[in-house]
Amino acid sequence: MREPIKLKGETGTWEMVIGLEIHAQVKCKSKLFSGSATDFGASPNSQVSYVDAAMPGMLPVINSEAVNQAIKTGHALNAKINNVSIFDRKNYFYPDLPQGYQISQFKSPIVGEGWVIVDLGKGETKKIGIERLHLEQDAGKLMHDQHPKLSLVDLNRSGIPLMEIVSMPDMRDWEEAGAYLRKLRSIVRYIGSCDGNMDEGSLRCDANISVRRPGEEFGTRCELKNINSVKYMMKAVEYEAYRQIEIIEGGGKVLQQTRLYDPNKNETRSMRSKEEAHDYRYFPDPDLLPLHISAERIEKFKQELPELSDQKRERFQSEYGLSFYDADVLTADKKHADFFEVVSKNRDAKFVANWIITNFFAMLNEVEKSIENSPVKADQLGELFDLIQDGTVSGRTAKEVFEEMFTNGGSALEIVKSKGLKQISNTDELEDMVKKIIDDNQEQVNKYRSGNEKLFGWFVGQAMKNTGGTANPKVVNEILLKLLKG
Amino acid sequence: MTKITDLGVIETLEGLKSKEFSSEEVVSEYLKLIQSDSKLNAYIHFNGEKSLLEAKKSDQRRANNNSLPLDGLPIAVKDIFCVAGEKTSACSKILENFIPDYESTVTSKLWQAGGIYIGKTSMDEFAMGSSNETSYFGEVINPWSSDGDALVPGGSSGGSASAVAAKMAPIALGTDTGGSIRQPASFCGAVGIKPTYGRCSRWGIIAFASSLDQAGPITRSVKDSAVILQNMAGFDTMDSTSADIKVPDFINSCSKPIKGMKIGIPEEYRLDGLANDVQNVWESGIKWLKEAGAEIIDVTLPHTKYALPTYYIVAPAEASANLARYDGVKYGYRSENIKDLEDMYSQTRAEGFGAEVKRRILIGTYVLSAGYYDAYYLRAQKVRTKIVEDFTMAFNKCDAILTPTTPTGAFKIGEKNIDPVTMYMNDVFTVPASLAGLPAISIPSGLDAKGCPLGLQLIGKGFDEETIFSIGSILEESANFKNI
Repeated sequence: MREPIKLKGETGTWEMVIGLEIHAQVKCKSKLFSGSATDFGASPNSQVSYVDAAMPGMLPVINSEAVNQAIKTGHALNAKINNVSIFDRKNYFYPDLPQGYQISQFKSPIVGEGWVIVDLGKGETKKIGIERLHLEQDAGKLMHDQHPKLSLVDLNRSGIPLMEIVSMPDMRDWEEAGAYLRKLRSIVRYIGSCDGNMDEGSLRCDANISVRRPGEEFGTRCELKNINSVKYMMKAVEYEAYRQIEIIEGGGKVLQQTRLYDPNKNETRSMRSKEEAHDYRYFPDPDLLPLHISAERIEKFKQELPELSDQKRERFQSEYGLSFYDADVLTADKKHADFFEVVSKNRDAKFVANWIITNFFAMLNEVEKSIENSPVKADQLGELFDLIQDGTVSGRTAKEVFEEMFTNGGSALEIVKSKGLKQISNTDELEDMVKKIIDDNQEQVNKYRSGNEKLFGWFVGQAMKNTGGTANPKVVNEILLKLLKG
Repeated sequence: MTKITDLGVIETLEGLKSKEFSSEEVVSEYLKLIQSDSKLNAYIHFNGEKSLLEAKKSDQRRANNNSLPLDGLPIAVKDIFCVAGEKTSACSKILENFIPDYESTVTSKLWQAGGIYIGKTSMDEFAMGSSNETSYFGEVINPWSSDGDALVPGGSSGGSASAVAAKMAPIALGTDTGGSIRQPASFCGAVGIKPTYGRCSRWGIIAFASSLDQAGPITRSVKDSAVILQNMAGFDTMDSTSADIKVPDFINSCSKPIKGMKIGIPEEYRLDGLANDVQNVWESGIKWLKEAGAEIIDVTLPHTKYALPTYYIVAPAEASANLARYDGVKYGYRSENIKDLEDMYSQTRAEGFGAEVKRRILIGTYVLSAGYYDAYYLRAQKVRTKIVEDFTMAFNKCDAILTPTTPTGAFKIGEKNIDPVTMYMNDVFTVPASLAGLPAISIPSGLDAKGCPLGLQLIGKGFDEETIFSIGSILEESANFKNI
């Protein structure tokens, strides 16, 4: 069993207690309570209806597509879907909040308790509890850099549906917290309820963290707001844990606060204390009736739930005979898994998995491209693998061909033909070439025959050099062994 | 000869149909009255050019034999309905120059039925008031006022009631949250109905208290109200609280006999010290219904005494959130005198809202605050449920309930606006039906000691406006109330 990271302070070891609140933008054609579009990157205030701008007399109408996405996500989190949930108004003033309240779910969320299994590496897993999932509206965005004296408001985001997913305080270090966040991102992407792009803000995270001596009660927690990458979340948790330990060991008390993480300085700063916390005056929104979801509708989405990463990984292990590691890497992202399944069809799956992970993913990482933007598509890569399998190209040449395909396009076969990279496996042709090498290098031959076997590699090298790397190394080896024996 | 403006809804429609007069003529006559009014201040805004243009189009439709149910009929609109292209302010400084480019569902349905927009009537600011004294555009006078003794028209739909009673409109739209149609109708001697909550769409009506607000007509006869409600009501997908229930034939129900119907008289409405004149009108009403063959029975609504305090928690709570959008950021009034964001909010709202609106926002904010929520808002919701149950029980025994609409007739301007609780007491008979979401109509039924109108209220079962239209028609006939 993996032991969570414990932190060493001046007075002993400390344990972290972490819970995450994830805000996932629901993948949806329109907003939670209006018909406006939700496309990312549209010009400011181009996706704003009268409802989103809170014009007088406007009323919200629930978007059932967003409700369906929440139901699906609830199922994927092994959670209870509530037949009745209630939308509440969360009241506060801010220029990015046109209504003066956010419509959210406070006492009765759409999804209740559930759980997920997170991967901690080396086959280790941990079950993390989910407290709830609820639907709410996003706010607009203030822009302070557009005018010398004024702040401007963009309401495109106003009213976009969000799912707030609250975990139990079940995580004990930043590795677990990171694994949980990656897992949730993978889940919402698998079921298509959120695109999971943290850099576009469609997935954001608040972390609640406290420290305690092992075995003691929970300490006072601080909430770290609006973190937009897994890496930053892990760093923020680490920084915050040490900050709290330092306070307690210095004889102080941790104050319950909302804090902001600054990734540039790698530190957290206080936004407001518990005393300064808003009184949101939640109450049921009288413009909306309680949301009733029939048992049939809940069941329908349960039946339609796609295979999730855990099941897929297990299937990849059993069906394709892949190692846990390979299956885990391939199934972390559904698009990767789908790509693999297309390429491996009727091919050697283990070989394909290995090649994709070591060469293809490495290349994508290097040029920072996502798999859907890869210049080499699944069928093109498959064609290259066929050339390896039937001996047309060697493994080494294949990498060269792949790089060419990736950078300049073209099919594997065309590149092999145009660059003369076809592997020479013809024994007679190769034997003539090898004979010539031996004839021309008698001195090396003698050294080899008198026991310097390391020189074998030198002969292979010469043969490859003479053929521009296209000689079939297996055949070359056989011929060399035969001829050098004399 | 009868003047065109003396005609009610049905008479006007008949005259238009028989081509006795054109819509253009009707609209011109009303516009003359509206323009020359220097006494009542019932209208705050009108657009003669637009009204006449629409009237001409209506006459054209009639000439082409394509006329619509309400074709050519002038309709006055309370300033709480968004009318596209027309100033819509809820009589508040904070929305003084706001012009929506969208049309409320209810007004849109009426225009589609051929109705002609004739102007915006005054109201208490954001519908908060019972005397129309909180309007940013000044007091409205009750046409029943005698010289030198200006009376309030009631509120919040005071401008609408005053205009209809003074024959400056055959019909005016109102909204009712705790009595805002029924009370001014009663004070001005008009008929006013608050339909069942969910019967008319709230889309495009500036919200006061969302769980209570309902639109309805104010007219000079029961049947006129039926004709208008017929064309206002119906399910609207844009309002999640509107009911997907078929709209029955209200006009037909106005001429149905009431023989054998059971009319409940709630003992809890016999307040100590209820004025004799009100008591007498109530007794007359009971007598008339008996004579028409109805059976009078006693019913009990035990939680009635909690209705007013419950209402004055629920309505302000909802209002405190509904009015948060008037913040100076997007539209409407913004204070000039601001240094920072905090200032923009506080100065804008301090200057933009009147005293009564601020009072209710403060009450609403208070009752929803942490530590007070359970004692006030939550408790009020529980009592509201009890009030609903009271009515359910009572309606197991009767078909409708008869009560006075108001505890007194119209009072003098300035008489009751010193102490808010005295003013709130005006709503004591109208608020219970609002909290229960039930339809209720006020019928002018007699006069008070000063010779001013008093109304009787009929409360019906949910989505049973038909019964109160039937009984209301009998009351109307028996009372034989004479308009000014």
